[in-house]
Amino acid sequence: MKKSFKNIFSNGLGQLTIPIIAIIILVGFNLFRDPSFFSIEITQNNEGNNVLSGNLISIINGASELAILAMGMTLVTAACGGQDISVGAAAAIAGSAFVKILKAGETISGGRVIFAFLFACIVAMCFGAFNGTLVAVFKIQPMIATLILYTCGRSIAYWINGGATPTFSSSIVNSIGGFIPGIPIPTPVLIVVAVGVIFKLVFHFTSLELMTQSVGINGSAARLNGINSTFIKLLSFIILGLCVAVSGCIGVSRLGLINHETLLLDIEMDTILAVAIGGNNLGGGKFKVGGSIIGAYVIQTLTITLYAMKVSSTDVKAYKAIVIILLVVIGSPVVKAKFGKFMSKLRAGKGTALVKGAE
Amino acid sequence: MKKNLTKREPFSDTQLLMTITISIFVIMYLSAIGFLGGGFLHFQQVCDMLNDNASLIIVSCGLTIVMIGGGIDISVGAVTSLVVMSCVLYLNNEGNIFVAILLALGIGLAFGLVHGFLISYLEIQPFIVTLAGMFFARGMTTILSVNPQKVSHEGFAALRDTKIEISWLGYTANNGNLIPARMELGVVVAFICLIVVFIVLKYVRLGRCFYAMGGNQQSALMLGINVKKTRFLSYVISGLLSGISGFVFMMHTGAGNSTNAAGMEMNAIAASIIGGTLLTGGVGNVAGTFFGVMTLTTIKKIVVSSGLNDPWWQSITTGGMLCFFILLQSIVLSRRNAKKKAKI
Amino acid sequence: MDGKELLTMRHIKKVFPGVLALNDVDFTLRKGEIHALMGENGAGKSTLIKILTGVYQMDDGEVTIEGRKVSIHSPQDAQNSGISTVYQEITLCPNLTVAENMFIGREDSAWIRRKEYEQRADAILSRLEIPARSTQQLGRCSLAIQQMVAIARAVDMECKVLILDEPTSSLDDKEVNMLFRLMRDLKAQGVGIIFVTHFLEQVYEVSDRITVLRNGELVGEYLIEELPQVQLVSKMIGKDLDELSSLKENSDTEKEEGEVLYEASSLSSDQTLPFNFKIRKGEVNGFTGLLGSGRSESVRAIFGADKVTGGIVHIKGQPVKITKPVDAMRNGIGYLAEDRKRDGIIAELSVRENIILALQVMNGFFKPISRSESEAFADEYIKVLQIKTASRETPVGSLSGGNQQKVILARWLLTHPDYLILDEPTRGIDVGTKLEIQKLVLKLAEEGVAITFISSEVEEMLRTCSRLIVMRDRHIVGELKGSDLNQSQVMKTIAGGKA
Repeated sequence: MKKSFKNIFSNGLGQLTIPIIAIIILVGFNLFRDPSFFSIEITQNNEGNNVLSGNLISIINGASELAILAMGMTLVTAACGGQDISVGAAAAIAGSAFVKILKAGETISGGRVIFAFLFACIVAMCFGAFNGTLVAVFKIQPMIATLILYTCGRSIAYWINGGATPTFSSSIVNSIGGFIPGIPIPTPVLIVVAVGVIFKLVFHFTSLELMTQSVGINGSAARLNGINSTFIKLLSFIILGLCVAVSGCIGVSRLGLINHETLLLDIEMDTILAVAIGGNNLGGGKFKVGGSIIGAYVIQTLTITLYAMKVSSTDVKAYKAIVIILLVVIGSPVVKAKFGKFMSKLRAGKGTALVKGAE
Repeated sequence: MKKNLTKREPFSDTQLLMTITISIFVIMYLSAIGFLGGGFLHFQQVCDMLNDNASLIIVSCGLTIVMIGGGIDISVGAVTSLVVMSCVLYLNNEGNIFVAILLALGIGLAFGLVHGFLISYLEIQPFIVTLAGMFFARGMTTILSVNPQKVSHEGFAALRDTKIEISWLGYTANNGNLIPARMELGVVVAFICLIVVFIVLKYVRLGRCFYAMGGNQQSALMLGINVKKTRFLSYVISGLLSGISGFVFMMHTGAGNSTNAAGMEMNAIAASIIGGTLLTGGVGNVAGTFFGVMTLTTIKKIVVSSGLNDPWWQSITTGGMLCFFILLQSIVLSRRNAKKKAKI
Repeated sequence: MDGKELLTMRHIKKVFPGVLALNDVDFTLRKGEIHALMGENGAGKSTLIKILTGVYQMDDGEVTIEGRKVSIHSPQDAQNSGISTVYQEITLCPNLTVAENMFIGREDSAWIRRKEYEQRADAILSRLEIPARSTQQLGRCSLAIQQMVAIARAVDMECKVLILDEPTSSLDDKEVNMLFRLMRDLKAQGVGIIFVTHFLEQVYEVSDRITVLRNGELVGEYLIEELPQVQLVSKMIGKDLDELSSLKENSDTEKEEGEVLYEASSLSSDQTLPFNFKIRKGEVNGFTGLLGSGRSESVRAIFGADKVTGGIVHIKGQPVKITKPVDAMRNGIGYLAEDRKRDGIIAELSVRENIILALQVMNGFFKPISRSESEAFADEYIKVLQIKTASRETPVGSLSGGNQQKVILARWLLTHPDYLILDEPTRGIDVGTKLEIQKLVLKLAEEGVAITFISSEVEEMLRTCSRLIVMRDRHIVGELKGSDLNQSQVMKTIAGGKA
């Protein structure tokens, strides 16, 4: 760990520069406007538990589904060089499957919840495998392949629950979407942490990271080195499927109902945006999951900041667009190059030793 | 060492895919007539499809150009909607129709210029830029007016109600009257756009540059093509066409609504794909795209006519159809390339 | 040869971050002259060319054409100044037709007159005897033809300066001769040609002058008659000439026959006809033949890189099934592919990650190599192979061609293969590194590794291989060993002595 810290300081933050700067700017802006913006208080929620609340909490809480989806999307983007635009629709499917099992019985016990979640995972992973097969086996561009599920996914979700938007009530499920009694931190946040830890463990105990990057950067070379590209790409979609299931279930648990039309609507765009803000190349290759997570929080912070400035929810989109443009303009290679030239001109006096001879 | 070349030149990738699309469309429509009869026999059915989709056809042309160049533009639906709302509000404030047209073109052009600049000269990824454009346009639409607005301009109402009547393509109604086929002006505009774009892509230098850029950007650069300018122009054209589509959309619905043209960009992409345009670039043509639009619409109509009333069937069949086309294209193209590889 | 100066470059300087690519370099090209530009990797040839073609901008210096100062900021400027370039990589658009590729980017009007362009293109193609038609989609033509269309385009543009950057890498001898005829025609017309290549024999066959660069600096400009091949090599690499001759001696010593390591009967893939092949421990064998004769395809079949359709394979006497690369790797076979850019390096990953890649795949998905281990491996091979890189974390894509090749070699060496297949390991590489690789091959053979070596330079193979398999039209037509290993016997066998 010490070594990587040192690397960060000597090489600059590299990929994470943009997302971190974005967060700093947003946080700074908010503190400037309203120094108490990020204050945290302890209040009592509906169930009488002591919980944390405040803008900071609602940002971190609200971004949970987005952060989890962004983690999975990072893998798919890295391995397949494209984006999965069906994650919102797939989450609706997963959520519907979750609710269907929940409502299949008289009462909602802990066991039933677990079973429902597993069922949602399997359903989502199957659809992930469908997308993955189109991409990995049939070599179809990810955006095109996932256009299919994007078109009909929400309708499939609708069909799963027989054309209804069922509601349910269960204290267990509520605690998933809200707070677990005795723990002041919102559960979705804990789930994000758990998923993040699982990703880290997977990267540590397998060679997934190296393989994925190789496949994403040069599929032909990866193959000739024995890497099973098809497997890696398929796996990335299945992992995203798991993330979709988790997000879908969280989304449903918050509301206590499943509405196929509105659940996580348009979240695919935000997810892709999070991956891009995180400094990842949308064309595939090297990636940093941490960047995407920060990207998710950047987006959420932006949204909450705008709400706090009394921007109506329908107008938020326009402001979001401006901020996004600013961010990507700063991060664009052309601007970076000009900035780099400018900085090196400033440093010209120091004189760096040049190595002779090059390509 | 002259190779033994066959007399007839084999189809290029573009031509092959387009041929598949058209064949399938024709088969589909004929079976619709055969199995479901009724409405499908009348040309009015086709006219209705054209009337409803004139704006989609127009933006799809733009999207095809952008995709041939290797890019993507997901802002077209949002820009269309913004143009509609803007023009409606303008016309309701004692506006002039000609100025309204200029306004539509201007808004579309503005978006196209900004997109083109950011993507081509600042080298930012097209998906992000046009996504931001989409957000911005949708946001602006609601900022202009959260509630739907209807056009109350008299001159406009006249324009909107103008229909081209083709009597010999009409049908005889039950009461013996001959009802001519009715086509809106917007369809004429759509066809003009189609023809112009077709000519540009096939016969004008800029059009071929789009193909070159999409086929191999590095090569295009080395061949002396100004890739930056070419890419910039592809997005400008797409923006312009979005503007035109907005005006045509308004002519069709007569009202501005923040949910107008929702999902139009995905439909345009789907239509282009079905029509044989590859997202990777270098392959595609607007004739195919036109049939792509028709195919999408026909499927929806078939579903409705065959009594599958549950609201989910339309999307599911559209999705299935898309899946079919995508798989078909991928299999056909990979077969071709495999054959070529084996020859050496 | 007209002595008038056509192109002059004076005091050219180019700096990249941390690297001085060109330092006060001069270059002169005269009308009607074929001028070879030579230097090992890192010498700056490629950079100089890219400055001329507008891809890079020089930091200092002056370029004149026909006495007039020019400033070239883009490929378009270069074209307008009369400079045409044909690159090693195909720089045409595969989705357009041959005719379109010939004229795009330089049409005289916005309206495309298809028929006219196609007729003009056909005229040029037949004049240059290129077997292609103007209406064909370029991507469906062979690589050699695509190269020739690129040259035809340059020729049609009546350029003043024609730059050929490694144009012969993918051409067979017949096609090379055609190219040389073309070059001499152009020379007679007063065109100045800059010829960048690594094939020494070709340089002597067709050039008038040679300019040598080394480490970003000009070593000198010489008339071809005044510079014997051996001296040229020493100016480029500055190595002791004795080392070159000692290499030859080593390869003459007799070797004892080892046990059979790999044996295949009726091995076939979707790219090859069934063939038999065997190789022994410690043996260096080569595959030679004309372009397209099936050498690469044969070794790819051995490695499982192409779809294997039949055959029985034994390794160390045991039957094995090899249908994909990982099977071959698990059986101790390593394969350095012909096209290192496409099939070899993972450009954005670091030198370290590239080196451990194959080993990691062999270890399996659930046994990742730890960071410290991979660093140790990388350091070891950087040292052993003398890989020139700023650090082990440098992205491989920024290394020169020769060093990239060394990284890939390191990758396979790390897996300690029993059988190593090297397909054109020295292509596009400077003389110095070439020798290092050849020496390495012989060393490995001594240690008992079986090696298959493919190269288009027969000379090179004669120096290292103890057995040569000759191929023609996808068939194995001969096997040469011992005293048969000489240029004339190889040429005869390739041409067709035996049935």
